[in-house]
Parts: sequence; structure tokens; C-alpha cells
Amino acid sequence: MAKDDLIGGSIWEEYSQKVQDLMNSPQNMGEITDEEAKAQGGKLIVADFGAESCGDAVRLYWVVDEETDIIKNAKFKSFGCGTAIASSDTMAELCLGKTVDQAVKITNIDVEFAMRDNPDIPAVPPQKMHCSVMAYDVIKAAAASYKGVDAESFEDEIIVCECARVSLGTIKEVIKINDLKSIEEITNYTKAGAFCKSCQNPGGHEEKEYYLVDILKDTRAEMEQEKMSALADAKIAGTESEMAFDDYTMVQKLKSVEAAIDKDIRPMLVMDGGNLEILDIKDTDDGMTDIYIRYLGACSGCASSSTGTLFAIESVLRETCSPKIRVLPI
Amino acid sequence: MRVYLDNNATTIVDPNVFAEMEPYFVQSYGNPNSLHQFGSESHPALRKAMDQLYKGLNASDNDDIVVTSCATESNNWVLKSIYYDHILNGEKDHIITSEVEHPAIISTCKFLEKLGVNVTYLPVNEKGIIETSTLKDAITDKTALVSIMWANNETGMLFPMKEISQICRENGILFHSDAVQAVGKIPVDVQELDIDFLSFSAHKFHGPKGVGGLYIKNSQALSPFFHGGEHMGGRRSGTLNVPGIVGMGKAMELAVENLDFEKNNVRRLRDKLEDAILKIDDVFVVGTREERTPNTILVSVKGIEGEAMLWDLNKSGIAASTGSACASEDLESNPVMEAIGAEADLAHTALRLSLSRFTTEEEVDYAVLALRKAVIRLRSISSTFAHTPDWHESKL
Repeated sequence: MAKDDLIGGSIWEEYSQKVQDLMNSPQNMGEITDEEAKAQGGKLIVADFGAESCGDAVRLYWVVDEETDIIKNAKFKSFGCGTAIASSDTMAELCLGKTVDQAVKITNIDVEFAMRDNPDIPAVPPQKMHCSVMAYDVIKAAAASYKGVDAESFEDEIIVCECARVSLGTIKEVIKINDLKSIEEITNYTKAGAFCKSCQNPGGHEEKEYYLVDILKDTRAEMEQEKMSALADAKIAGTESEMAFDDYTMVQKLKSVEAAIDKDIRPMLVMDGGNLEILDIKDTDDGMTDIYIRYLGACSGCASSSTGTLFAIESVLRETCSPKIRVLPI
Repeated sequence: MRVYLDNNATTIVDPNVFAEMEPYFVQSYGNPNSLHQFGSESHPALRKAMDQLYKGLNASDNDDIVVTSCATESNNWVLKSIYYDHILNGEKDHIITSEVEHPAIISTCKFLEKLGVNVTYLPVNEKGIIETSTLKDAITDKTALVSIMWANNETGMLFPMKEISQICRENGILFHSDAVQAVGKIPVDVQELDIDFLSFSAHKFHGPKGVGGLYIKNSQALSPFFHGGEHMGGRRSGTLNVPGIVGMGKAMELAVENLDFEKNNVRRLRDKLEDAILKIDDVFVVGTREERTPNTILVSVKGIEGEAMLWDLNKSGIAASTGSACASEDLESNPVMEAIGAEADLAHTALRLSLSRFTTEEEVDYAVLALRKAVIRLRSISSTFAHTPDWHESKL
């Protein structure tokens, strides 16, 4: 929420001029009969996707040259809002002149991109992406009908984000390689979840089988598991000391810090009648590890506890554990 | 030509209302709580406005009509203060409402549920109104409040207020109604109905936006929603919206004077528009004409998605509304459409046309033509219209 979100606008204001023009006068709207297809020298393919009860339905007509697999003509009919009409029209346009195999590669993003006035500004608002841009599914159905195969056979992997067509495998890979910690990061890396946002969390516009929030959680857990077993392997190999503090789990970090405090810090404080306890330990977005402490006994009122003593504690921990440690007294 | 057929969303400010308000912006702009001349000179107009509001709803002088900023505030106030006054202390734990209330009620109830309140959302029948038997069944000895709308914003369907009131009285339960779609369209008499709380909003009956009210029977206790100074007798703090109150009073007076006009003239134009719509093949209108507010039509036009219809009508200068999920910012479908529209597929094809006393015959004639034009064009594009030959048989 910020200034631009406070006065909810009409979603119509977010439609590109191209979308508006196509809503008013679609160029490829219509039907093709068998006779017309024959006269145009090709085979007629008719495919349906969606239903009125879902709010959007589209029918795609192709005339395909059976020698070359080239789509010689494409028309559509659509029950749906204006953006569904415009995007179905654009989809039909994009099919023209392509082979069936090339057409199957047309994504919803391609259709949306073709309707942009300005390459940097989306043609439709994000919530319209999932429902009204249905190109991929109906093209797949048409291609399956042409080839006489099951539509699912075009799907070689699990697609999590239908808008940007990002697979489960890709998402898990980028999380692991780039150590991603948030859905925003996944979106920045892959574009998954950037459009209709249905795949981000349950409760969006559309019910999904996989959500980014769960994939992130599961993948992070897998990573943690891998790290643990790497640590265990290292212990067996006697190379434990080579494991960096950064790669420790939270519990391991806490133990390491506790050990350093017991060994080098507590004795120093106890001499003055003071002590400290660790309240919390957290990894921060800027790559630091914050250690929250509370001073006890004489330390709690001591003027030096927020200056000299604190500095000493921090430097001990930075030396023995990690240079990225920050100590925060509460 | 521009034709405004979205009067259930908001209305034009009657020029007579605007004229009454104007001096309180630029001449008598003092704070009515100030002692000096600037402040006190607004008092006669405020008193007159309160008289107009009391007369308009037939409230007794022992009742309170507290001016708020809108019906959303009035609704929030009732629900949350019932929670503070009767539920938080353990005396009661339950609120009953319907599943087709305005979000000002539904969202507030969802919020109260998070605080531990039990809320029953009564289901609606195929006409989009509740059956009173379901209300009887839902009542428990811990029920603090029943809140049921007087008229539905989408369909215009009128709820059985008298029966609901009786059931509440018999069970000693407080009764509130969000009456924004009723006040100014049909007679609303709070004494005849016997209701504890009633919310209304000026901009629905040709008054200004940003001002509404809450009727409170017998000035009964209800913790304030806005704490502060002693405005509105300490019931609702905040400097009085003098032009708003003056405008709402005048708007109420004019609306009540025009109730016969609503019942006869607005109704006649609405029926004329409805007759013309029913001549189009494969359309379905919700509810009989007598069961609705006299200005509202909710129609499903088979094969045409609601937002696409609005787009075409807007090109012709017609302002209408749809309950279609595709036209809302969150794309959530409207529960009243889902409840009544299973066969007519209202959730996607609903078109709402709502007239006012400012709608002219010429405008209605033009709207009919614009609607036909839109239907012809959009059905020619539709992939679901041509191949549904048995729609006639399933027509309700």
C-alpha cells in the first residue's frame, strides 16, 4: 500500500490502447467452416477452452496445411470480458503463418507482450492475466487435435506459474543456486508469480496445485537437510572446522556463540559482578547475524555496557565465530 | 448522449440540495461548537436538517439519529460496539447476518470472528433473500444482534423486515438494518418497523457523499465508535460536517416527498426498460417487479460476460454496473450472484441497471437501443451463445 494504491482506480484505465482497440474491433473474430478450410487448402481444426461458468471461454479455429504444418488461417470466438476478447484476437494473430509446433510455444506472456503499447508497461492489470489471457491452453488443445494426441503430451514438466510458464524444476533450481529466501526474489529471478499472482499463495484468483510459498518452504527445508548431511559428512571426515559459520544452522550458530561467550566473555564479566544472557539470534537481510543479549547483574547498569564492553564482546565473537556478527543489547 | 443508470452505486446531488449546502462552505463556515457568531449562525440550519431526518424516517424525539460519515461507518459502529458492550464481557457471543450483505457488514463480521465472535451468515434463496425460518433456527440465547439489509444493492430485492423485526422482538434480540438501498426509494418508518439501529447514506438519495447516519431507538446505549469532543451529544465525535448535514437533511426531505414519484414514475420507466430488455432472447431478470426497489433491474444476458457488456454500454455513454467477478478489482464473484444465479450464470453475465427520479424517458429509450446494439455485437463474438439451443427450456 502506498500513495498510488489508495484511490482504487478503474481497471479499465490499465488497459493498453491496443487492448482497447481490439476490444472494440477484433481483427480475427469469426468462424471457419469445413468448406472454407478446404477452399483455403488446409484442414480445419476447432478447439475449445474454458466454460461460461468459469467466466471465460474461447474457441479457436485453424486452417492447417497438412504438408507443411503451417497455420494458414486462424479465427476465434470468445465469451469473456473485453481483455479476453482482445487477447484471443492477438493469439489468433500470433498463430498465423507459424507451424503447429511453433504455435505450441506461444505463451500467455507472448500474447500479453504483443498487446503492449510500451514494452515496459503491461497491457492488462495483473489480476486480468490469469483469467483473460488463455492462449496457451487453447493452442495446446488445437495442436493436440491436429496431431491426434492428448493435450497433456505437450506438458513435459509441472508448470507452477501459468502466466509466465515457469516450471517447478526451474523454481527449485533458482532457489538453491541463488539462496533465495522470499517469494519476491523468486519472482525477480524467474517472473513466476509476477502476473496474476495466483501461484504465490493459496487464496488467489485461481486454485493451484503448487504455490511458491510452499515450494520455497520445502526447498529451503531440503537445502537445510542437505546442509546437515554435509556437516555430518564433514564431522566424519574430520574437517568440521572448515565449515564456515555462515553455513551453520541457527542452532549450530547459537551453540558456537554460547561456547565463545562461556570461554572468553563470561569470565571477564563475572569478575566485575556482571553477566549476560543470549535472548535471540537472527540472520538479517543484509547478511549479518544479529545476537540479542541482556546484561545481568552489575553489567545492566554499567555505562560501559553499551560502549567499551559491548565492543569487546562483539570483537571476541567476530574473531572466534564470524566477522558478520552484530551484538545488540536489549 | 450520457445516461446514468448506476444509481445504486451513487446518485447525482439534487441541485436544490447543493443550493442549500453552498452557504455553509463559503459564508457560515464557523465551527458550530464555537460561541461566536460564525459558529452559532449555522445552528438554525442544523436544527432544520435534524428535523428533516427525523421526519423522513418517522423517528420519535426520544430516538437518536446520529450523523456519521457514511453507512460503512454506521455499520462498523453498530457491529463493533455490540461486541464491546455485549460480547467482550461474556454476556453474549453471537451475531446473525446474511451472506449477501454489503462488505461493510461482511468484512466487519469476519474481523469480529477473528476476535472470537460467532457469526451466522444466513443463506439466501433463489431470489436472493433470506427465509425467516433460517433466522429462527439460528437464534441462540447468546445472540446479541441480528443485522439484515433492507434491500439488496445488486438485485433490489426487499427483505422481509417486518417478520425479522417480530422474530427479534420475540427473542429479545437487538435488530439492525443496513438500509442504504431502501431509504429514499421506498417508505422507511422506523417506528412502524420497530427496529433498534438503522444505517443510511446521503449519497444514495441525491445528497452529498461523505455523510450518512445511524438511527438509534430510544437513545439506547452504544459505545461510541469515535471518541473525542462532545459532538452529536458525545455519541459521535468530530467537528460537525455542517454542509453535509444540511445537504443530507434537504435530500431526505426531497426523497420522502418524492416517494410516490419513485413508486409511480421511476417504477414506470424501470418497467419500460425491463419490458424492452425482456424482448431480447435468452435474458433472465431476478425477482418480480413488486419484490424489488422500484428503480432496479438485475438481468443476465446469456452469452455476454458482464464486464464486456459494461464496456460496450460505456462506449455508448451508458453507465451501468455488473456483479460479474471480472469487473471487480479482486475478481471475486459476488455471493448474491452465486446464490441466485446457478442457472442463469449471474456470476458472469449479470448487468445491473438502476434508475433515479432524474432518469428521463428519453434516456431510457436511448439506453434500450444502446443495450440492443451491445447485445448484437457481443453475441456475435461469443463462443458460448450460439451453441446453447436448450437455453429456452431452462429459462426460469
